[in-house]
Amino acid sequence: MSTENTAITPKRESLFSKKNRKLLKDPLGDSNPITIQVLGICSALAITVQLQQAVIMSLSVLFVMIGGNVIVSLLRNLIPDRIRIIVQLVIIASLVIIVDEVLKAYQPDISEKLSVFVGLIITNCIIMGRLEAFALANKPGPSVFDAIGNAMGYAWVLLAVSIVREIFGSGAISLPGMGQVKFLPQDWFLSSGGFYENNNLMILPPMALVVVGIIIWIQRSRNEALIED
Amino acid sequence: MAMNKNATGYTFLFSIVMVLIVGIALAFTSLSLKPLQKKNEADKQMVDILGAVGITTTRENAKNDFPTFVKQRLSIDHKGNVLNSASGTVDSNDASDPFNLNVKKDYRSKKPASELNFPLYICEKEGESIYVIPVAGSGLWGPIWGFVALKSDMNTIYGAKFDHKTETPGLGAEIKDKFFSDKFQGKQLRDSAPYFTIEKGGRETDIHSVDGITGGTITSVGVGEMMNRTLSIYQLYFNSVMNSQANNNEY
Repeated sequence: MSTENTAITPKRESLFSKKNRKLLKDPLGDSNPITIQVLGICSALAITVQLQQAVIMSLSVLFVMIGGNVIVSLLRNLIPDRIRIIVQLVIIASLVIIVDEVLKAYQPDISEKLSVFVGLIITNCIIMGRLEAFALANKPGPSVFDAIGNAMGYAWVLLAVSIVREIFGSGAISLPGMGQVKFLPQDWFLSSGGFYENNNLMILPPMALVVVGIIIWIQRSRNEALIED
Repeated sequence: MAMNKNATGYTFLFSIVMVLIVGIALAFTSLSLKPLQKKNEADKQMVDILGAVGITTTRENAKNDFPTFVKQRLSIDHKGNVLNSASGTVDSNDASDPFNLNVKKDYRSKKPASELNFPLYICEKEGESIYVIPVAGSGLWGPIWGFVALKSDMNTIYGAKFDHKTETPGLGAEIKDKFFSDKFQGKQLRDSAPYFTIEKGGRETDIHSVDGITGGTITSVGVGEMMNRTLSIYQLYFNSVMNSQANNNEY
């Protein structure tokens, strides 16, 4: 570890060095927080009914993740080992509360949409997982990349699941600021004499688990190395 | 640095400093943003009250539109007696202004109705008086609230608007949607409790009830509960107004 540090310090690392690119890229695929590490599943199930919620949640997680990773990384030599989990939790919770308060004051409409999800970020295991596994042992620079990478890895799964669930569950797609756009003509629906009915099961949490499961299945069938015995 | 970061003393010191910093930061954030948040809440309340009488406005225009349509703000006690009255622009610092009565907070406080005051908004739209009643109650996961507007006969529902904090998206959360609140328009209250009912799916609805939300049964029940509980108090006020109107007509 010490040799590695001394090797890096003399020459400043370029912003998109191989190591930093790896930090960004890995969580998108082979070490994805949701599909591989199976962290943050709770929020992935709860908020993927509509795309707009997934988008807002992803952005909030990105912010808290970067903030948390940088702060913990800066304090990494000061935090006592025995209470590090508590310290991480306090940092995450404070960041989330500040985000919530600022949104309430300056962006009341977005804050209303987020409602409960802001609070849910505190319990998102991905954030604490990254603080514990990465930020505690690395410098702020790489920690930022690690945060962005993992937040993006979380985001794409969330977006994919919510798009599937919203299209089949509500026959619509929603984006923040646009509201929900129902693209199926109203007279297609059984209630107005048509042939189509939204799949209500898609709206319920179990279906999120199934969709995540399908993503995991596709991912593992493409990469043998991920298959466990 | 000769600092043993696993020593008990250091751990305590670290926690104390951390708690102080975090506490100060959060208290500062909260206090400095409070006025803005309060203003946002007041604006939202105006938007919702106007929404219940079918007037769409924005947060920015709410402060001007509100006094144009809402002619009088009353507060009544649990027996239906008028306590306070206000009109014109809202003063969010005036505690006697009925607008500043927080029905959500009152509901949470679980105080008996006899200790509470109830706000009532009287709007003028197209020459008709419309009575807007704020309601608050519990859904499945958290608070739900809304506004019910009654026509000048104090019996026909002119419009309604509901909102929630944490109901399930796609299920209970749909009480917020227009399709649900539109169902209330033109419905009538019964003369005695239950004044209005939210029916479970499949049952017939009549002029005194609407169809609840599929998969959102507990939220729908909550809407019915808060409407009936609140209406039972306002009914006393409406009765006294009706009686005095009838007396005026006789003489």
